Amino acid sequence: MSMLHLVPTPAFPPAAPALSVDDLCVARGGRAILRNVSTSFAAGAVTVVVGPSGAGKTTLLNVLNGLVEPSSGELFATELGPLRGADAWAALRAHTATIFQDHALIGRLSAFENVLLAFAESRHPLSLLPWPRFAREAAAKALEEVGLLDRAFERVENFSGGERQRIGIARALARGPRLLLGDEPFSSLDQPLARRLGAELRTLAVRKGVTLVLVLHQIALARALADRIVALNDGRVVFDGPAETFDEAAEQMVFTLSPSHRKGC
Amino acid sequence: MTEAAYAALAGEWRRRQTRRQAALALAAAAILAAFAYAGALDLSRYADALPTIAQLANESFPPDFSRWREWGRPLLETLATGVAGTALGAVLALPLASLAARNAGAPVWLNEIVRFGLGAVRSLPGLIWGVIFVAAVGFGPLPGVLALGVHSTGMLGKLFFEALEHVEPGPGAALRAQGASRLGVFRFALLPQALPRLTDALIYRLEHNLRAATTLGIVGAGGFGLEIVTAFHLFEYREASALILVLLGLITTVNFFGARLRRIMLRGH
Repeated sequence: MSMLHLVPTPAFPPAAPALSVDDLCVARGGRAILRNVSTSFAAGAVTVVVGPSGAGKTTLLNVLNGLVEPSSGELFATELGPLRGADAWAALRAHTATIFQDHALIGRLSAFENVLLAFAESRHPLSLLPWPRFAREAAAKALEEVGLLDRAFERVENFSGGERQRIGIARALARGPRLLLGDEPFSSLDQPLARRLGAELRTLAVRKGVTLVLVLHQIALARALADRIVALNDGRVVFDGPAETFDEAAEQMVFTLSPSHRKGC
Repeated sequence: MTEAAYAALAGEWRRRQTRRQAALALAAAAILAAFAYAGALDLSRYADALPTIAQLANESFPPDFSRWREWGRPLLETLATGVAGTALGAVLALPLASLAARNAGAPVWLNEIVRFGLGAVRSLPGLIWGVIFVAAVGFGPLPGVLALGVHSTGMLGKLFFEALEHVEPGPGAALRAQGASRLGVFRFALLPQALPRLTDALIYRLEHNLRAATTLGIVGAGGFGLEIVTAFHLFEYREASALILVLLGLITTVNFFGARLRRIMLRGH
């Protein structure tokens, strides 16, 4: 029951801030989604992002994987410096995996084929050759890890929501990422499975120095998994500290803050 | 709800209703005008129609298959023209569609240029392309293949880019987030999702092209169409009806296998 063999040894020392954002603003259609967000995400540790819906949690994750371009502010990666330009982003993305809230799977392809997409860069788009052996092996191992290896050749559209979520997790793990982003990765799973997979992701982060950033809405699970909690409300960081300091009062504050219409960005 | 608020709502509803009825009346008038302009409302034109058709049907029966040995070659020519023309169109259409689709990474100005080009190619009927290519490369199935290929590029290009635009954005975003190139996103996320629709368009087009390949025979692209037209010109109606039945059989067969292929595509491997 180990997923550790999937992950390469980290090149950066654990606990160093692997990724940080500085004064980040994201606006869409004239509406500010993230306002002056500054925080950091340590390698070998679990950072959990919490907050009410619409607070900008998903947007923050999608800034970290480059899907959303910030309107201002900057990102820094320990090894790459400021993330400016295509080369720096390509270097970061090569070691990044994201677990998407809506799973982002292709329904008419099999579970196995979907997990293989984790290795899309290892195969030329115009190549007629099959997926390389290492990709097939890693995909099979990742599916075994989430308990779906025996259904590898079933089409994803025949799986339940929870099973799709596990396939999405398998696809992310198969990459052996050094930056692993999870957007509500356990939302469709039952409690015991959510806890087990959460604990395994945590072990992965701590042992292999992976920078793990999870968006979670289950606060109990967030407390159990997180080393550090970052809370957003209306696009602003309203809490940022060690998980053990995120007490009832802090939780109350995060989820009851009335949205401010004060323009920050 | 106050009386005034309801009155306002009812007034707006009546205005919308009137506008809808006016639009319908206008459309009906336009359609009627089209029939009138085509002479369809001049009843005297129909006086001889039914007896003539009946006589033609009578003279076409029973179908005369006696020359079937000589139909093999033109039939194969038509089949080859349809298949090769469709394949040529598809091969040209897919990369163009990837440039025309809004979600495949090409900038909007390029989307628009390619769409305009596809529209221009499509607006010339296949028969005109046939005349052009007969002049360019001479008689026979080859100008037919080129004509169908070019015309199909315009039509398939449109159907293909629409199919590509219908896919879920999630899988493509997932690939972008892990650093896949535009071509990679197209190949590994857009294409697999769009494949059933692409196949659908392709089968529909193949069916269309087999019929079109027949008519192209008239402008010198050879094949089965030439046989049918010749039979008509020689007043060999019984042979013509036999030829038409064979053509019907061919297209029905293609439809049958097309439907099976479609089912397989939708069910997966």
